[in-house]
Parts: sequence; structure tokens; C-alpha cells
Amino acid sequence: MTFLVSPVANPGPTSPGPTLADFGHDPLWISIIKAVFLFVFLMVGVLMGVWTERKLISRMQHRYGPNRAGKFGLLQTVADGLKMGLKEDLMPRKVDKLLYFLAPVIIAVPAFLAFSVIPFGPVVSMFGVKTPLQLTDLPVAVLLILAMASIGVYGIVLAGWASRSPYAILGGLRSSAQVVSYEIAMGLSFVAVFLYAGTLSTSEIVAKQADGGSFALGSLNIPLPSWYAVLLIPSFLIYVLTMLGETNRVPFDLPEGEGELVGGFHTEYSSSLKFAMFMLAEYVNVFVVSGVATTLFLGGWRAPWPISLWDGANVGWWPMLWFFAKLVLLFCFFVWVRASLPRVRYDQLMHFGWKVLIPLNLAWILMVASFRALRVDNSPLVIVLMAIVVVGALGVYFRFDTVLQRRREQRAAQEAEEFDQLRDQPTAGGFPVPALDLPHYHGATTGLNRKEVPSA
Amino acid sequence: MTGYFGSYVVVAVLLGVGVAIFAGGLLANRLLRPDRPTAEKLTTYECGVDPVGEGWAQSQIRYYVFTYLYVVFAVDAVFLFPWATVFADPGFGLTTLVEMFVFLAFIALGILYAWRKRVLTWT
Amino acid sequence: MTPALWPPTAQEIVFLLLSVVAVGSALLVVTTRQLVHAALWLVACFGALAGCYLVLTAEFVAWVQVLIYVGAVVVLMLFGIMLTRAPIGRTADLDSGNRVVAALVALATAAVLVTVVIDGFRSAYTPLDPGTGSAKSLGGSIFRTWVLPFEALSILLLAALIGAIVISRTDIKGRE
Repeated sequence: MTFLVSPVANPGPTSPGPTLADFGHDPLWISIIKAVFLFVFLMVGVLMGVWTERKLISRMQHRYGPNRAGKFGLLQTVADGLKMGLKEDLMPRKVDKLLYFLAPVIIAVPAFLAFSVIPFGPVVSMFGVKTPLQLTDLPVAVLLILAMASIGVYGIVLAGWASRSPYAILGGLRSSAQVVSYEIAMGLSFVAVFLYAGTLSTSEIVAKQADGGSFALGSLNIPLPSWYAVLLIPSFLIYVLTMLGETNRVPFDLPEGEGELVGGFHTEYSSSLKFAMFMLAEYVNVFVVSGVATTLFLGGWRAPWPISLWDGANVGWWPMLWFFAKLVLLFCFFVWVRASLPRVRYDQLMHFGWKVLIPLNLAWILMVASFRALRVDNSPLVIVLMAIVVVGALGVYFRFDTVLQRRREQRAAQEAEEFDQLRDQPTAGGFPVPALDLPHYHGATTGLNRKEVPSA
Repeated sequence: MTGYFGSYVVVAVLLGVGVAIFAGGLLANRLLRPDRPTAEKLTTYECGVDPVGEGWAQSQIRYYVFTYLYVVFAVDAVFLFPWATVFADPGFGLTTLVEMFVFLAFIALGILYAWRKRVLTWT
Repeated sequence: MTPALWPPTAQEIVFLLLSVVAVGSALLVVTTRQLVHAALWLVACFGALAGCYLVLTAEFVAWVQVLIYVGAVVVLMLFGIMLTRAPIGRTADLDSGNRVVAALVALATAAVLVTVVIDGFRSAYTPLDPGTGSAKSLGGSIFRTWVLPFEALSILLLAALIGAIVISRTDIKGRE
């Protein structure tokens, strides 16, 4: 049973990485250099990210993509950014001016802040000062990232509301309801990582993924995987799905879909710098969730297995390359999903978030906790408890599954009955279109739950 | 200054730098862009057709209900974080596991109730 | 070295400034004439409170304050506001007629609280030890000393959830 429980993390011959105590002692100019580097990295990253996305999607669709502005179209995003910066910025008459102005800032700034605790590499010597390649680290770093994500929700609601336009309001409400639903699943998938790592600090989580112990097979020492993406596969898969739902990316991008709600919450923001800030914030959010996935599940800046056999792979400035490669791979995964999958309907989206991801996550957390308790406190009581939990969960599932089956059969029978009725009397539904529930058709009143929200 | 306050000063400085960069960008934008508003340009876009009547949108109670559920489950998740960090320490162990099981059982009862009462269905 | 009121340490100055922000934005919450702006001033107040928690080395509580209060509770209030017809622009009847009396009562309550607190805790000091506010130490104290309030809290959450569902969804009937 030992291969199922958490392996002991013993830092091998490579550098174990910085701990919490290494942070907070940087001289001010080092912090400023790191902060400037972070902003430059993210801005250039967004530029290259937009270019990568457009080129990859177009190649998957057998076309060239942008190739006029600069070689290979590399300056296309720069041109777009300049255009958006120099266009006339209309503030429609009816909007709430302060909120209309503040909403893009509220969305963009937390996305940048969340990157401050993402580790880029181990301790290096920067201009003579030994400092870790991470802006800062806190004992509750992952909580900072979650808090920044929840402030972003706030910006979406305000953007939609300040625009005073029906599509904007609807888009803002829907987008925030979706982000909020997937944020719970995201937080729950972190709990399993914390159960293994025992800390919320990002640099220490990366350090815990350094070494997975080894499995002695005769005279062979097989190194066991230490990344949490392998040890906690269900958490990782759930996290990947919530990544897509949280950043409003395909297949969960109904609040932004052009055919559905025009532009969603940014309809009234004409193509100006504020709109550019929304797009910037969306791409930076993609980078943030990819960075968090890399740090918590994919071993952070540590080199993957064949490269980690070389001792110098985890020392000095090399780890930034591995981190960057993982980030790029995750971003290409986002783009790949966008090019391949159709949009999910909104009620299917909410059903998935609440009724599939959250119960699965809770059940997985209970299982992981039971395994850890088994390793810590090897008593038969734990096994009995686990058995009770598993049997109870299965029992609940089967009980409600029969109820759901019965309901599904009822609905199918009702539909078959309607089909029969319409086949016998084709005009029963109302010719030439089926009866719409308009007041003058049937005298029916609008639903009880609907409230009108005037905007002027 | 110890490591704790130093780290938070860095976070605060980053926040200030971020707000300054975005405010500066918006200010530069205001100085550089043309500004010739006309009455037609300032009408609400909606979907491209001229807006008729009052702009309204149906705000429904289901948004409120889902946000409420989010508040409850966010509090639940927040309690799971310190539990996960102390769980494997010596001196905790089985008792802590059972305590969290009881907590999660009550929360699971809540989500089960919401599920059965069809609150979680997006109509 | 006994801590004294003068000279104030950097933490005390920052705490004072943040509390001025908190009190000021709380004042603006109740005096502004636009309902949505009131919710935003509430956000500023909660943010300043989170900053105060950070200065007092309670970092877990501070970020939970941002996550739950700013990120969830005020959004909930905003959605609640949006469900009603009223809140676009200034609402004339947002101020009640007894502002003066209400202000006097508030001042008197504040004076009572401040007097009692200063009188009771005048000579109590706590060292600002970073590390006592992290998740690990909070977890240690919750799951050793404060287990019963923790379980009672889960029952409270359950009751709140069921109560909100029962009140808001009038189309859900019980068993006939």
C-alpha cells in the first residue's frame, strides 16, 4: 500500500529551493527590478499570447492567420494595441461614469497582483544579491491568488452594470455567476494539494514536489513521480476544467459569445483602451491560472524527469526555462481547446460546475484525507471510517440515481405523448408555429421569478 | 523590518505600481485620442440597432441564489484550508479527520437539500 | 522596553491611516445618495479592514476577509440591489428624515464602546509576532481548542442555506 500514500519528500542532490524564511529581506531596488520584470513579462506575454493564439487557431483551421504586420505577423498585436490606444473613447450618455471608468482597472490590477507569488525559479545571485526568483512569498500565498480572482468577479459585475445596456447587464450577471461557481471547485481542488504539501506557500509547495522517493525493484531504483498532477490526478483534471470555466474560455465562454450576447459585459466599451484592458485582463488571467497549475500540480520550476537527472537543471537561471516551457504548453492547451470544442450551453455549464465537479471534489478530498490519516495513524478505525464513507456515498448515489431515472422516464413518456398528439392533430400546437407563451396567446402571466430592471 | 512586513510592503508596492501604470495608461490615452462626441455616437450600442424604449434587462432571482450558495461554499472551503495544513502534523490525526467529516457532512446535507429542491437547476 | 503611545511605530501609523479610511468609507456608505455607490464604499471599508488585519499579523483572516466579504458578500448585495427596481442614479428617499438623531445615537454608541474598551484594556499590549496568523497556527487552534464552535458553525451554515432557499423559492412546495 505504500505506493498509494504520500511519498516522503527528501530533497535530493539538487538545490531544495527557497523556503519562506528567504523572503521579505530583499533590498528595495531588487524588489523594484522584479516588479518591473513581472509587468514587462506579462505585457510581452500577452502580446505573444495573442499572436500565438491567432496563429495556432488559424493553422488548425488550414489558413494562414495574420502575416502582414511584421514578419510572420508578429507585430499584429502591437498594431492592434496601438490602434486601441489611439481610437476615440466614447462614454455613452447613460452610463455611470465612475463605475464605467473603474471597472477595467478593477479587472486588470488583481490579475497582475496574483502573479506576485508565483515562483519563477530558485535562489539566484542578481547583481550580487542572493535572492529567490519570486517577487514575494507569504504563508498564505494561494489564498492571495484566490482573493484576487474573487475581486476580478467584482469588476465583471460592475462593468456590466455600469453600461446600462440589457446585453451588458445580462452578460455581466451570467459571467460572474459562472466564474463564482467554478471558483469553488478550484478552491476545493487546491485542498488536496494542501493535504499533501502541508502548507499554503507556493515556494514550499514547489519544494515538496522535488523528490518523490524511489521504488526499489531488485537492484533498480525507480524514481517515483513527485508532481501532484500525477499523485492527485483527479484534482488536477478538475482543476484544468475549472481553469477553463474561471477565465471564461471556450468551451465555457457563453457570456462572451458574439452570437449570444453581443459582447457580454464589454458590449458598451467601444474598441478603446478600456476594451484593450479587458482583453489584457483575460489573457493575464489565463497566464495566472496556468502559473498556478504549473506551481501546484506540475512541479513549478523544477525540471521534468529526464532533464532532472542532470544536476545543473534545477540550479541557477535554468529553472526559469522549465517554468516558461510549462506555461507555454498550458497556454497552447487553452488555444487547442478553443480551436476544437463547441460552446457549452449555460444550464449545462452550471449543472457541471455544481452537480458534478463539487461533489466529486468533496469525495476525492475525503478519500485523500483518509489515505493520509492511514499513513499517519495506522489504525483499523480509519479503514472502517473509509469504508463507511465509500459505502455511504455509493448508497446515496444509487438512491438518487433511481429517482433521476424515474424522472427521466416520466419526461420521455410525456414527450412521446406530445408527439402522438401532434401526429393525430397537427394543428393542436397552433399553426404555423408552436404556441408561444405570450400574454395575448394564452392569457398566461410572465413567470413569478422575473423582475424588470430599468436602466434609465 | 522582518520578513512578514517586508513581504507585504512588496505586495503593497506592486499594487501601487499596477494602479499607477493603468491610471497612467488611461491618462496618456485621454491626451492622445481624438474626442469629438456627437449625439448618435453617445447612444447605447446594445446590438447595433437603435435602442428603443427604456433599456431594461430581466434580473432574476436565480443569480442571487447561486451567489448565495457561493458564499456558503466559500466559507466551507476557507475552513478546509487550515485543516489541510495541520492534518498531517503529529498530535492531530484521526480526531481531526472525524471533525472535518462531521463538518463536511453538514455541508453535504445542504447541497443535497438544494439539489433535491431543484434549486441547482438553471431553468 | 514598555510600549508607549509616543513615538508611534510604523505599524501603528499604518493602522491608524487604514482605520481612518475604514471609518470614512463607512460614513460614505450611509450618506451617499446612490445605492450602488454605497455598496462600493462598503468594499473600500472592507478592504481597509483587511489591511488592518494584515498590520496586526492576522494574514489568513485578512485574505479570507477579501475573499469572502469583498468577493462574495458585497457581490451578493449588489445582485440583491439589482433585483429591485430602484437603484439607478440618485434616489431621493434614500435619506430618512431623522438623520440628526441617528447621528447622535451613533456618536453616543461609539463613545460608549471607545470608553469601555479604553478603560478595560488600557494597559494591555500584544507583540506583533508574524507567524501566529498563518493557516497552520489557526488550524492548530481551531481543531484543538475551538472544535465545538467549528461544528456549530457548520450547523449555522446549513441553517442559513436552507433558510435562504425556503424563503426565496416560493414555488417549492413541501409534501402534500
